[in-house]
Amino acid sequence: MTITTAPAAGAVAPRQHTPVRRPSLLRLTAVELRKLVDTRAGRWLLITIGLVTAAIVTLQLIYARDADQTFLNFFVPSLLPVSVLLPVLGILSITSEWSQRTALTTYALVPRRERVVAAKLIAVSLTALASVLTSLAVAAVGTSVASASGGAGTWQLDGSLIVNAAILQVTSVLMGAAFGLLLLNPPLAIVGYLLLPTIWGVLGEMVRPLRGPAGWLDTSRTMEPLFSSDALTGEQWGRIVVSLLAWMVLPLAAGLFRTLRREVS
Amino acid sequence: MITVENLTKRYGPHPAVDDVSFHCEPGTVTGFLGPNGAGKSTTMRMICGLTAPTTGRATVAGHPYRELPNPGREVGVLLDASAQHAGRTGREALTLSAYTMGLDKREVAAKLDLVGLNAVAAKRRVRAYSLGMRQRLGLAHALLGDPRVLILDEPANGLDPEGIFWMRGLLRDFADRGGTVLLSSHLLREVEAVADRLVVIGGGRIVAQGDKNELLAGGGTVVRARDVAALRRALDAADLSAADSSEGLLVQADAEAVGQAAADAGVALAELRPAGGGGLEQLFLTLTAGESTKEAVR
Repeated sequence: MTITTAPAAGAVAPRQHTPVRRPSLLRLTAVELRKLVDTRAGRWLLITIGLVTAAIVTLQLIYARDADQTFLNFFVPSLLPVSVLLPVLGILSITSEWSQRTALTTYALVPRRERVVAAKLIAVSLTALASVLTSLAVAAVGTSVASASGGAGTWQLDGSLIVNAAILQVTSVLMGAAFGLLLLNPPLAIVGYLLLPTIWGVLGEMVRPLRGPAGWLDTSRTMEPLFSSDALTGEQWGRIVVSLLAWMVLPLAAGLFRTLRREVS
Repeated sequence: MITVENLTKRYGPHPAVDDVSFHCEPGTVTGFLGPNGAGKSTTMRMICGLTAPTTGRATVAGHPYRELPNPGREVGVLLDASAQHAGRTGREALTLSAYTMGLDKREVAAKLDLVGLNAVAAKRRVRAYSLGMRQRLGLAHALLGDPRVLILDEPANGLDPEGIFWMRGLLRDFADRGGTVLLSSHLLREVEAVADRLVVIGGGRIVAQGDKNELLAGGGTVVRARDVAALRRALDAADLSAADSSEGLLVQADAEAVGQAAADAGVALAELRPAGGGGLEQLFLTLTAGESTKEAVR
């Protein structure tokens, strides 16, 4: 006969342990990646991004002319909706810590807040890169189906386009994260992120004196060349860099400053 | 070990915490007492590096909190049990922290077990937790890294009597094995039962601190008269401050002085005795008399 003894109830001894090391950035990044998928909301956002990609390819399989059913034509259109959804991911990754009040736990465990922010930025950037891979994979499936069903099924795609797509998606998600960092409130950051560039774009069209600066500051215009496989000119890169300074680097810096000083309660 | 030196936090001109100093030794439970809004939570957040003090400093295990390399392994912190992502399961919330601290995954199961959250509860999302369950989860979280110091803000909130009794035992045991506990509460009975030392704060300032037994010994005098208004006037005339308590007026003076004051004014007393039965509650009422009402109208 075996006798099982109940474990000693409530025994907690403060243990002596070996000198503790601080968590590495790699570890913190892994934690942040896990946070992106361990809630229903986060999981569904990622699933939606995948589904949108698949839906766009499917629509093209049905409605695009056979000659247009190429790898290139499946890949490029899927980038735009994803580049709209990714910033939401960036925003939520940063702001949910405050809206769900987990910042209290997170920053108690890692008081060097800039390391948490860095880990978050790396995590969402990796997700953006993964979205490019997903777009490529879904486009590849579409191309295979197209060649089997009488479409063109051409596989030609310049490597530069993949690089451009990666730049587009990573900067999109980082712009969102920057807005999140600056505003620290999910609805405010999402509305701000979606609205401000649009207003700026409309103003740039309507107000003639703004048309010149808009060409340098309206990300929807400066980023447009990234959707093509043509090599970008120096000026085009210049416009991208200037617009990103305004919409990504500046809010990122101001947001980091704010996050580091903000009282967590 | 926790050391707090001259901590002050101002929001605009209003000091939420005003020149607070105390320390907590290993092997002791320190009860941090005060009415709501007295500055307990702000002080605790400053100790944990979550709120920057206006002036002063605090160290845990000899270092400012923000300089601890892996604070979760040194200090267990529970500042607000509700501050958990509603969409995560209890187990997931602990797993994230265990991974951050570099702990074995088995610690998660062990601590869930310790606080009495079973497998079913652990798999539920925090949104579905009662306050008591959140407190248990928060306690599991604080204990996760096997720290030597615990900083707990109102951990008994929402626990049932059995849970409060259990937690008292857990904290006593932790301290008896050499741990340091700082425990805030406005539930006086709770702290009286478990604390060795008391730090009482009101209106942002420390109004009393020291060994629990010593503080309780100086609990003042309870006095009762049929004509309460006359008694109050008599005490005022003798320059003795009186606070209402459930048993009568509580006066910070010995029985002789109170009796003399009443006799001088010709007030007949119905009762005159040293406070003590009510213990901490009386002390608490006396020390914070006026502070909480000031807080309410602020």
